[in-house]
Amino acid sequence: MPGEVWVYAECRDGRLMDVSIELLGGGRRLADKAKASLASIILTDNVGSLANELISYGADKVYVVEHPLLKTYQSDLYTDALSEAVSKYNPEILLIGATSIGMDLAPRVAARLKTGLSAHVVGLDIDEHGILKQVVPGFGGGVMAVVTCPKARPQMATVRPGVLPKPEKTDRRGEIIAVDVKISEDRIKAKTLKIIEEKPLGKPLEEAEIVVGVGLGGCKPDTFNLIKELAETLGAAIGGTRPAVDEGYITENQMIGQSGKTVRPKIHIALGASGAMQYMVGVMDSKTIVAVNKDPNAPIFKMCDIGIVGDLNDVLPILIEEIKQLRKT
Amino acid sequence: MNIIVCIKQVPDPREFSKITIDPVRKTIVREGIQAVINPLDRHALEEALRIREKYGGKVTVVSMGPPQALEACKEALAFGADEAVLLCDKLLAGSDTLATAYALSKAIRRLKPYNLILCGNETVDGSTGQVPPQLAEFLELPHVTRVRRIELVDDGKAIVESVLEHGCRVVEVKLPAVLAVVKEINTPRILSVFGIVAAASKKIIQWSVSDIEADIGMIGLEGSPTRVTDVFTPEIKRRCEIFKGPVEDAVKQAVRRLREIGAF
Repeated sequence: MPGEVWVYAECRDGRLMDVSIELLGGGRRLADKAKASLASIILTDNVGSLANELISYGADKVYVVEHPLLKTYQSDLYTDALSEAVSKYNPEILLIGATSIGMDLAPRVAARLKTGLSAHVVGLDIDEHGILKQVVPGFGGGVMAVVTCPKARPQMATVRPGVLPKPEKTDRRGEIIAVDVKISEDRIKAKTLKIIEEKPLGKPLEEAEIVVGVGLGGCKPDTFNLIKELAETLGAAIGGTRPAVDEGYITENQMIGQSGKTVRPKIHIALGASGAMQYMVGVMDSKTIVAVNKDPNAPIFKMCDIGIVGDLNDVLPILIEEIKQLRKT
Repeated sequence: MNIIVCIKQVPDPREFSKITIDPVRKTIVREGIQAVINPLDRHALEEALRIREKYGGKVTVVSMGPPQALEACKEALAFGADEAVLLCDKLLAGSDTLATAYALSKAIRRLKPYNLILCGNETVDGSTGQVPPQLAEFLELPHVTRVRRIELVDDGKAIVESVLEHGCRVVEVKLPAVLAVVKEINTPRILSVFGIVAAASKKIIQWSVSDIEADIGMIGLEGSPTRVTDVFTPEIKRRCEIFKGPVEDAVKQAVRRLREIGAF
């Protein structure tokens, strides 16, 4: 392939986002297959050691745009800088994490470059002609489509956090290139004034080894208390379905699925979730899926490893007791 | 305040489980599924109506779609929009987000002057969320996505909150701007009989590609850089060992099995 594979390195508060690191792993695989080099581009006010970190995760080159005005995300300036850098170096592929910021930035850059962009990609491959095959979910995750961008360049995709495994750091060398692009304050029309942090409760879903998922069937006060007890016994994080969010039992931040998070824990325990695709796409990379549902015909029983048919109020006390026994031995 | 609201007619998400794929033609079959206004677009419309109620002005709905999308326009008028424009032309078929954003921008340019353009952050069918920022790029206006709060400072400026993974970004944005809203922004009103009656006397303007003077090379399939090369239903293959019967036995068996397979 003539051009490079680029990964946009998103950083917040001087730290790389996990999805950018995941993309370096995925980008490395694509670049190797296409015999191209892998580069990362970072926009920041102070690059510090981040460029070397990107290299250690697999980048051959790091393009650095450093400017005091790039301290926090500004859609106008970031669009200007990223578009100009792309026009200068003409990469074949540009991958961006499908974070809130990535999804604000990528479409605008694609429109400026008049190129194709696919969203919330869950699978990536490259063919012998260097065409990127991007798997995207549609209709709530019930349908998958393969999208390509045959002519326009770069081929752009935003990739869902959590779908690609994080690569290991290795001791490797790479090239760091300072990129000079035009950044001027008077271009700012939508100005980020500040970022307000709202700390999530408990363990972050994405990092938990065991994730308990609450479905509509778990949305009763007594049942939910049992679910919390189970999660505590297991040291698990609690997530759940869109209906569980709507019912007010979990927050938007705990939502798993097509419109929420992707988790890949060792064990996922779905409690009272029917198994709608919209939910399942967010848990399908779990090592083991356990489901409890009182409806023996619930679709989830066709998509789990171990299923228990029964009412949560009956099943959970026994399950909690069994696990406590196991932990003792 | 003149406000433009972009809406899209989509298959009812409550009926998504009925969607199938024609394995030969590789197309999505959505027959018999009711069409509705994209849920987040109703939040965008609601926000526009609330702003108009507070500051006065006019709310114009713009949609691009097949002739059936007239229903979505009518419904928007019944909710309280003043006017609706349906951009409808066979030449627009096959448009991806870039071509759609371009076509919408050409239609919206004809509706000047306006202070604000509101969209739902994404639609439930493709859920790319790409059209609002791309529309803003074609209109050379600023944009903010994932907006959960809009505070108008004056005719020329708004302070908005954009939802992040853990918190929000507070943005001061010059108007006109394209703002893409999320559901936390408001609770949409329900249709009233009065609204339905009032809608009957409101106007729906239908425009074709020639009305908006769009460049034919930038719309439809030709104007779309992306191609869908395959569609399929995701398959999740697991061992599916199901335990039922007396609860205590079922749970104990399941836990034993989980130990055997090394999960616990």
